[in-house]
Amino acid sequence: MSRILDISGLKVHFRTDDGWVRAVDGVDIGVDRGETVSIVGESGCGKTVTAKTVLKLIDMPPGKIVAGSIVWQGRDLVPATPAQMRAIRAKEIGFIFQEPMTSLNPVYTVGEQIAESVRQHEGLSRRAAMDRAAEMLALVNIPNPASRVHDYPHQFSGGMRQRVMIAMALACNPKLVIADEPTTALDVTIQAQILDLLAEMKQRIGMAVLLITHAMGVVAENAQRVIVMYAGKVVEEAPVGPLFATPLHPYTQGLIRSIPRLDLAATEHQRLEAIPGTVPSLLHPPPGCRFAARCRHATEECRAAEPALRELSPGHKVACIHAEAIAA
Amino acid sequence: MTQYLIRRLLIAIPSLLGISVILFTVLALAPGDPFEELATNPAIPPDVRAHLRASLGMDDPVHIRYFAWLSSMLRGEWGYSFVSRIPVDQLILQRLPTTVAVIGTSQILALCIALPVGVYAATRPYSVFDQVANTLAFVGFSLPTFFTGLLLILLFSIHLGWLPFVFRSDIEATGWRWWWEMFKQSIMPIMVLGLFQGAAWTRYVRSAVLDVIRLDHVTTARSKGLPERRITIRHVVRNAMIPVVTLVALQMPAVFGGAIVTEQIFRVPGIGSLLISAILANDTPVIMGVTFVFACLVIFFNLVADILYGWLDPRISYR
Amino acid sequence: MAGSIPVSATASPARRPHVGPWQEAWRRFRKHKLAVASAVVLLMLILGVLIGPFFWTLPIDEIDFSATLQGPSLAHPLGTDDLGQDLLARILYGGRISLAVGFTAMMVAVGLGILVGSTAGMAGGKTDAALMWVTDLFLSLPQLPLLLLIIYLFRQSLTDVVGLEMGVFILIVSVIGAFNWMPVARLVRAQFFSLREKEFVEAARALGASRSRLIIRHILPNALGPVIVAATIDIAAAIIAESTLSFLGLGFPPDVPTWGRLLFDAKDNLDFAPHWALAPGIAIFLTVVSINFVGDGLRDALDPRRVQ
Repeated sequence: MSRILDISGLKVHFRTDDGWVRAVDGVDIGVDRGETVSIVGESGCGKTVTAKTVLKLIDMPPGKIVAGSIVWQGRDLVPATPAQMRAIRAKEIGFIFQEPMTSLNPVYTVGEQIAESVRQHEGLSRRAAMDRAAEMLALVNIPNPASRVHDYPHQFSGGMRQRVMIAMALACNPKLVIADEPTTALDVTIQAQILDLLAEMKQRIGMAVLLITHAMGVVAENAQRVIVMYAGKVVEEAPVGPLFATPLHPYTQGLIRSIPRLDLAATEHQRLEAIPGTVPSLLHPPPGCRFAARCRHATEECRAAEPALRELSPGHKVACIHAEAIAA
Repeated sequence: MTQYLIRRLLIAIPSLLGISVILFTVLALAPGDPFEELATNPAIPPDVRAHLRASLGMDDPVHIRYFAWLSSMLRGEWGYSFVSRIPVDQLILQRLPTTVAVIGTSQILALCIALPVGVYAATRPYSVFDQVANTLAFVGFSLPTFFTGLLLILLFSIHLGWLPFVFRSDIEATGWRWWWEMFKQSIMPIMVLGLFQGAAWTRYVRSAVLDVIRLDHVTTARSKGLPERRITIRHVVRNAMIPVVTLVALQMPAVFGGAIVTEQIFRVPGIGSLLISAILANDTPVIMGVTFVFACLVIFFNLVADILYGWLDPRISYR
Repeated sequence: MAGSIPVSATASPARRPHVGPWQEAWRRFRKHKLAVASAVVLLMLILGVLIGPFFWTLPIDEIDFSATLQGPSLAHPLGTDDLGQDLLARILYGGRISLAVGFTAMMVAVGLGILVGSTAGMAGGKTDAALMWVTDLFLSLPQLPLLLLIIYLFRQSLTDVVGLEMGVFILIVSVIGAFNWMPVARLVRAQFFSLREKEFVEAARALGASRSRLIIRHILPNALGPVIVAATIDIAAAIIAESTLSFLGLGFPPDVPTWGRLLFDAKDNLDFAPHWALAPGIAIFLTVVSINFVGDGLRDALDPRRVQ
């Protein structure tokens, strides 16, 4: 397998009235061809900023890529010109947003909006692009695609709009789709349908998926590899099996324990655990491990120096100096 | 869409009735007989006086008088000018095209200023251009039209001597020379109105674009790899037009107010200057007629705005 | 975007000392430099027309045919008009009228607006729908023609009762006010609807607070910010409306030197006495532009929804 996306040492900071907020502060993420990688973490941990930065969709200013590289198929996107970025957006990397209700433009039909990117990248005629849009709607299982291409977003439900968003992201056959919390804004019953659809699309088209989520349950069912982020940093990275079997970072352990489990709840009185405390300020992050304030294993050592990301077993990396002790 | 259109039309009718009630109330509450001049003025023949009194039913109960008045207004029987004894509707029809032409051209000018400046400023918020444009816009709509008019006359007619400051409807020249003279004498009235509205609209456009520019669907458009220019035009400006249309419609009464002043300054023979001269000559039927026409024009433009709104926003016509 | 960097929102209040809402508003107002400068200009204008006549004691109507249409000089800093009357004295006097009209008309508009808005907001249902229809109707009235019509029809009889100058003042102020209450009514009504279900109003109601008490103590203070902003703009609109009437020769009687009237008199002498028109024109412009800028600053300071 070959690496198509390789983010390393990425730092994205935002200028505010009170100073620079270090939203992403040194992150390494790699995605292989055809692979599904999931970034998981609480809101505010920098996962969405990381995802949007890949396509440079954050507002700059106030945002700024302070350091690092985003290598896409051998080419660094950080110094890429706006025109080079436009050629990659949708054509090579598709993006699915969190809010299907607001991510579509209310004044154009969904067909026009899908056709727009096809026409931009493949130079199709209006007619051919609309035909492609209808095909895409059929692909994402929207009934009556031929007539629904002429409908406006407000005529679709939230779940249907997210299908439209997926159709739009896939319309130019990208090699990677970044899905930024694609199910967060949807009803629980719809969430599963959308994730199933993504999996189905992946099987048919074979693109890689970078799935951003805060729900561990979504990770378990969809990803092959998981990256756990906390306060702008990667704290753990592992294939999905080992991550759930032997989570090494206290934060990951907390996340997994906070998943409601029907099987356990039925047998023993297992309490759902919440992680105490809140995410530290990214304006003035504490020195040392950023999770230390909320960690029951924290020692003086943790607060003194930032822990490096270490590979403990093949493919399983963790940024915690006590990882071995905790795992044992 | 057709349904929406019909509904808007039906809503316009009560507004028109409402305005007619207000107009009539003002007239009915006015102390004394606004037509008492008829009785004392020997210049008006008795049959005209009798006809007028009858058509207005001066001695009937109020609601009957209202309906009588309304029906004669609707039938276009607006009476005769006390001064020139020409039927009021004829007098207004003669002058209406000039007013509509001046207002129409100045609004196009305003649009040509407001759209590019407002959009450019909003896409670069707090830049030097934005701050200069914003300050100028403030100054522009704080300058009353009557003062701008005088300033322009001072500069272009008196100081530079380029443009005539009295609008003449009897230009002797023909052909392109006529057009040239017409153009020269129209510049200042149109500039006065256009710059004032342009300033107000620039602020509307800027704030509407600023509101739209941070919406999610703009990021979606960017994620599709569209060029920035196309995003601005198709996904920002197009959507920002929806609130702008509403605000512009709300400005229509002010536009007509400005037109009256402008016509008066430059002596443009439109219905605005007709109104002023009628007031100065106590010509009640003409005053009533012109006010009614202004009311109808405002309602008409509100209707146009509603239709534009429905056309711009597909969500509306389905509601 | 906002969701991804919530830390800035939680971090900032802790870094600033706790301040009251008015201090916070003042802090935001000060940031708007043009608004602060305008507030200074406006204060100077108000002080000028209020106490200026005590220092500049030339009469406004002293006719001096030996000094007609003079440009600015030491004896007449703003020059004289065609009757040799001192323009500075006349402008100071006219300023009092303009500002008095502006403030009084604003009070009328705000009063009417609060009345209509709170009636609609309190009653809801059909009353609300009817009042809002009337509000929309007033927004689409051709104001200037109606203003002219009403003044034309009522001027004489009111003049007979309270005298010419006072009669015109009352008429102008009430009519301008009657055409400018709509934004305030909408704001107050909106405040009602957004606050009606909030806990503290519910609690006050549960404790048996009377309706009027509820309005005065709980709802109006919350609507205060936006209403102050609207009121500021109303003053500017009223000053322009009065000047327009005077400029058309249909406002105050000819011997009262309002700014608009001065312009009206000056406009036929533009070619040989431009100073005559410039001085009152600039006075109107300065007043209106500074009021508008102050309004903009107040919007930043008091109307948090609009802050970007």
